[in-house]
Amino acid sequence: MCVVRELTKTYPAVRGRRGTPAAPEVRATDAVTLDIRRGEIFGLLGPNGAGKSTLVRQLTGLMRPDAGSVEILGHDIVRHPERAARILAYLGQESSALDELTVSLAAETTGRLRGLEVRRARAERDAVLEELGLTGLAGRPLKKLSGGQRRLACFAAALVGQRPLLVLDEPTTGMDPVARRAVWSAVDRRRAEHGTTVLLVTHNVIEAETVLDRVAVLDRGRVIACDTPSGLKEGVAGEVRVDLVWRESAPLHVPEVAALRDRAAESGRRWTLRLAPEEARAVVATVTGGAAFAALDDFTLATPSLEDVYLALGGAARQGLVRA
Amino acid sequence: MSAVPADALHGAAPAAEERHAAGPADLGPRARLWPSLVAVYRAQLSRARVARIPLLFVATFQSIGIMILMRGVVDGGGEARAVVAGSAVLVVAFVALNLLAQYFGQLRASGGLDHYATLPVPPAAVVLGAAGAYASFTAPGTVVTAVVGCLLFGLPMTHLWVLLAVIPLAGAALAGLGAALGLLAPRPEFATLLGQLGMSAALLLGVLPPERMPQVVRLARDLLPSTYGVEAFARTFGGRPDWGYVLGDLAVCAVVGVISLAVATWAYRRAAVR
Repeated sequence: MCVVRELTKTYPAVRGRRGTPAAPEVRATDAVTLDIRRGEIFGLLGPNGAGKSTLVRQLTGLMRPDAGSVEILGHDIVRHPERAARILAYLGQESSALDELTVSLAAETTGRLRGLEVRRARAERDAVLEELGLTGLAGRPLKKLSGGQRRLACFAAALVGQRPLLVLDEPTTGMDPVARRAVWSAVDRRRAEHGTTVLLVTHNVIEAETVLDRVAVLDRGRVIACDTPSGLKEGVAGEVRVDLVWRESAPLHVPEVAALRDRAAESGRRWTLRLAPEEARAVVATVTGGAAFAALDDFTLATPSLEDVYLALGGAARQGLVRA
Repeated sequence: MSAVPADALHGAAPAAEERHAAGPADLGPRARLWPSLVAVYRAQLSRARVARIPLLFVATFQSIGIMILMRGVVDGGGEARAVVAGSAVLVVAFVALNLLAQYFGQLRASGGLDHYATLPVPPAAVVLGAAGAYASFTAPGTVVTAVVGCLLFGLPMTHLWVLLAVIPLAGAALAGLGAALGLLAPRPEFATLLGQLGMSAALLLGVLPPERMPQVVRLARDLLPSTYGVEAFARTFGGRPDWGYVLGDLAVCAVVGVISLAVATWAYRRAAVR
């Protein structure tokens, strides 16, 4: 479906000016190689700045790579970037082109510009708005909507004029659970009925685990792993994640707590530990009894997530992924 | 789960098979120029209706205000014709040049062009649709300004119909210029600045009667596309307009319009794929 080989893009160094510091050369995508199969939901997971959006811009023909190849359904996108628009629908992070239109006109115009004739564009618009529960908002301008509703309206525009590949850059940002469900059931329906392939960019590990068939983990422009979410998690299956949140600060006067400090990733009042199950049990016993308990605000014990996979693989960012 | 990372990364087998079995897949339809131009035009016009009406009032009142001010300075005749024609065309410059430059500057800076660039739509349709919508949005303000001007200076309204040609042709020239400036400006602030400067030029060089200007300013005036719209319009206030000259001026507008819209389309292509 989509074959990416050795894709490389380097942003040139920026000379410093007054008020802005100089930035060194950045390799935003570094020899990225991927194979996305027909009909799967393939994810790009990584913290902000990992190169996800840059990679997607190259796959959608919006940016020319310095080196490497992109082939979608047999078409060379590096040589013919204009063909990408006839194969895929892209939901970018920005809605400024549609902001002042009504939901209905945004969807209809997008369908028209995807080559549909008026009647067909209107029929598809009505069907998609109905499917996503947007009919009641059809007459409202996008910029008057909440962030999540606006995102859903842009998603609706992306669905009008069916395409075999959907490229969605963080589609559910700001959405409530109802809207999220609408998005994923719309995606599932298209996959079941038309074999639609989805390339999803996300930094949300929970979403990645629940909706993706396979995921490529990106870190500083490189693919550091690519597998099914559960396949990736097998690598860290022997560990349990313990999160401890202290009321004010950690009770370092308790020797067992002080001993844990070296192994904990600290972030404010939160300590995150990755431990073998029996160690985790001992830690929980320690912090839920005696002097440490008085200082404890909250704790959670969880099986590893893709975030742990990312960190175990040597991912550099400590804060870039979200669990929501 | 049986998938192995190394296999997923390097084994192209499934995708390669797919490719060789089927050959390149059929592409989706291309949006044709005229229908997509109409779609963009319609969308932009609806945008304008919501967001631009207050600005149109500003543009109209600005031009009417200028004419009222100039009434004390000019004493009828050729100068009055120049003032009325210049003020009317100024409305076109305000909306088509200034506001369109700002719109495209912001669209480019915010990444909004990605939306159009990932749709199979000809670049010319996006530029012409937006430019056309902005230009036609100037029509009511231009007509109101022209009528008020005629009443203020006692000019005949016989040939006001020439606005039917002046608005689209001057509109095309100025909107193309505005779109090109907005799309070429490296930052949105520059686009705003260039749009404002363009409008100031149209104001100073178009409204003030040329007879009192130094030679350099007159040269600058000849280089500005709105000048020819102003001249064409001003000539029609005369008792017996020389239609040859009117047509000549309008032809200059049309040529500049074609060139500037072509430049804007090229600038759009350049801005869309970085």
